[in-house]
Order: sequence, then C-alpha cells, then structure tokens
Amino acid sequence: MKQKLPRTVEQFMAYACAMEVEATERYAELGELMDTHHNREVAELFAKLARIEGKHRDQIMRRMGWATPPATSSFRWETPEGPETTDYGDLHYLMTPYHALKLAQHNERRAAEFFEHFAAAKLPAAVRESAAEMAAEEREHVRLIEEWLAKFPEPEPGWDEDPDPPAVAD
Amino acid sequence: MTEALTHTDFKSDIKPVWCPGCGDFGVVNALTKALAKMELRPENVAVVSGIGCSSRIPAYTTCYGFHGVHGRALAAGTGLKIARPDLTVIVTGGDGDGYSIGGNHFLHACRRNVDMTYIVMDNRVYGMTKGQASPTTEPDWDTKLSPDGTGLREFHPMVIALSAGANFIARAFTGDPNGLADVIVQAVRHPGFSFIEVLSPCVTFRPEQREWKKLVKPDAVKPTSDIARAARRMLRDTGFDLGVLYAGTRSPYAPRGPRAQRDVRELEARFAL
Repeated sequence: MKQKLPRTVEQFMAYACAMEVEATERYAELGELMDTHHNREVAELFAKLARIEGKHRDQIMRRMGWATPPATSSFRWETPEGPETTDYGDLHYLMTPYHALKLAQHNERRAAEFFEHFAAAKLPAAVRESAAEMAAEEREHVRLIEEWLAKFPEPEPGWDEDPDPPAVAD
Repeated sequence: MTEALTHTDFKSDIKPVWCPGCGDFGVVNALTKALAKMELRPENVAVVSGIGCSSRIPAYTTCYGFHGVHGRALAAGTGLKIARPDLTVIVTGGDGDGYSIGGNHFLHACRRNVDMTYIVMDNRVYGMTKGQASPTTEPDWDTKLSPDGTGLREFHPMVIALSAGANFIARAFTGDPNGLADVIVQAVRHPGFSFIEVLSPCVTFRPEQREWKKLVKPDAVKPTSDIARAARRMLRDTGFDLGVLYAGTRSPYAPRGPRAQRDVRELEARFAL
C-alpha cells in the first residue's frame, strides 16, 4: 500500500472522508448506468450501496465538525482511484446482485487494508488510534456485506451469455 | 472571489448510454477532475467531438460542446480555437473517428500545432457500428466480420503524431482516472497541439481488453523534448507504457499579419448570415 502518510488526525480523516465521497459518487453513478441498461435489480443495489457510503461520509463529517468534505486537492491517491472505489471496468450489463456485492466486498476489504496500513505505520498515536478504529469499522462492513451476499447464490457459469448479443456478426 | 468548482460541476445531468464496463466512463471522470483541478469554468471550455461512442462526451459535460461531423472534430476544434483563443479547446473522439475517417485532419492538426488538446479513446474497434476492425485493430483479430483478421498492419498514432509535429504526446489508461486527469492537466497547459492516446477498453466487442489493466505500466516514461529519443521510445515500447512520451518546444500556431487583427463583425459582414 502506497500513500503519503497523514501526520494529524485531521489529515487522516480527510483521507477517510475522501474515500467515502468517492465511493458514494461511484456507486450512485453505477446505479444510474445499470438503470440506463434496464438492469433494475443491480441498479437498486448500487443505489443502496451509495446511500450506505453516504452515511459513512456523513458520520466522518459530523465527527470532525465539517460542514462540507475537505478539499482533496492537497493530496492524491497513490493507487489509480480511492481504496473503496469500484473500477468502471468491472461491470457487465448482465451482472447480478451477487456480482455487485462481490465488488462491494472487495472494496470494503481494500478499505480495511488501507486503514490497517496507517494503524501499523510509524505515525502519531492519535492517528494510529483513529486508523485502527476506522479499520475495525471497515472489517464490520465486510462482515455485513458477506451476510448480505449469503442471500444471493453464485450464478451458474454462462450468466453473461446473451441470447441476443450486441453484435452485428450473424 | 469566484467559488471553486468541483468535478461534479463539470458533469451534466445527461446520463451516459455507454455499456457498463466501458472505458469511456473513466475519461469523463478524469476530464471533469482535470478541469476542476485547473480551476477553469465550464463557460470557458469547449469540448468538440466527431462521431462514435466516445464522441458523445460533450453532452456529458457542462462545458460548451460541439458534437460534429464524423472525423471532422479536429477541423471544428481548430477553427474554434483560432476564432476564440481565449477558450480552452478539448477535442475528443475514438480511433475510428480520429485515425480513419479523420486521419488526414489528424495529420494536419499535428502539423498546425494549434494550442488545443486531442483525447483519443482507443479501443481498437468500431463499437457504435457493432464491432468492425478499426485502424488500430490487431491484424490477427479474428471475427466473422474479418475472418482470420484483416492482415493489415496497425496504425501507430503516436509515431505519426510525432512525425507530423504534435508538441505533446502521452499515453494513458481509463482504469486510472486520476493518472489520466494528471496527464490531461499537463496536456492542456502545454503550449501547442497536445495528443493523448487513451487506452479505453470496449468490453462488449473486445472483452479480452478487460486484461489491459494487468498489462499497463503506470509512470513507465518521463517526458523528453528530444524528438529522436521520443521516436525510439514509441517504436520500441509495448503499447502499454503510460506517461508523457514527448513534450516538445515548438511555438503554437498563431495567425499572422493584419488579417489576424480583423474584428469578427467585419468578417461577418462579408457573409450572408
């Protein structure tokens, strides 16, 4: 995990907030684009994930007394995107809630690892404590997603086969 | 004091119709982040495009937009920049629009070196028309439309851009929107014609391009102004090395002589409008 180390709790929480803001925006965007492609079940699931991440963002802002998320111009992710942001390329128009939740599980695990990295780093004790606390929250999110995932069995191979594929080659 | 804008201020309410998984989503994300980072205003930016999936981008931003004629986005962008040098002009499109139908415009846009940025979303296929081989398609891409592949050597846009005179040449990947945003900022700020070749997977007609994320090499190169060194780099690299491969020192085109000083109203009087 590469990321410039935060030296204060405020800097650390700005990272955490930015991560939740990005995750919220991306899930909302993914919900809209799945809706455009008439995959309503997955669209609703992504919209719900956006609302959940939005609550996490709001919790951080309340805790820090921020009216708006802090400007993220002072730093950038060392990874292509934030640790909890879904890659656009991981979507498929025929994907099911199982696949969407697998993505969410992957994101929550990455988020937990991101915070654990700071919790174990040579940083001021207050920052490490905050990081450990956030890591524990993310681990709890992983558990909740896994409970949710248990309601959706893994689709059979061939779930992505379209009887009317978007190809002119016939 | 003008209020600072965020990337969401540059996104319009129109929802993209691209396939889920399409790389072009990453370009909208990166472009809007770059514009916010440069503290530009939507009314001072024009996004010009041609035809194709990726050419829908102007509608998805709050900037001025021009969804033009197939292959002619660079011609429209050039005219706009000459008439309104105060605007930041971003031209967007795909490999078919830019390298085939608009191939000649591409050459001359590089040669003219007008101060604008050209973002090509290259997925090595005509996606909007459902999967035909494009100029950058591999010769052995075997489909029912091109059995056993076309057998044609791929177009090499970066080498062609370099030899034709582009002043800034970079390669980026849509799976790294933040890296792409940084490259767009550098391209816009670099004087003259800036060309960004963006690897943008088409997961519908080229599902194997999902693997690109494993092949790309971020920050593989550092900018050089040495044209010979840049050419060697471009000819030898894997096609997946990301970064700025060339940042030249040519002065951008500027209209010369008294004709350049004419007032727009004076010019308009000569036309039946």
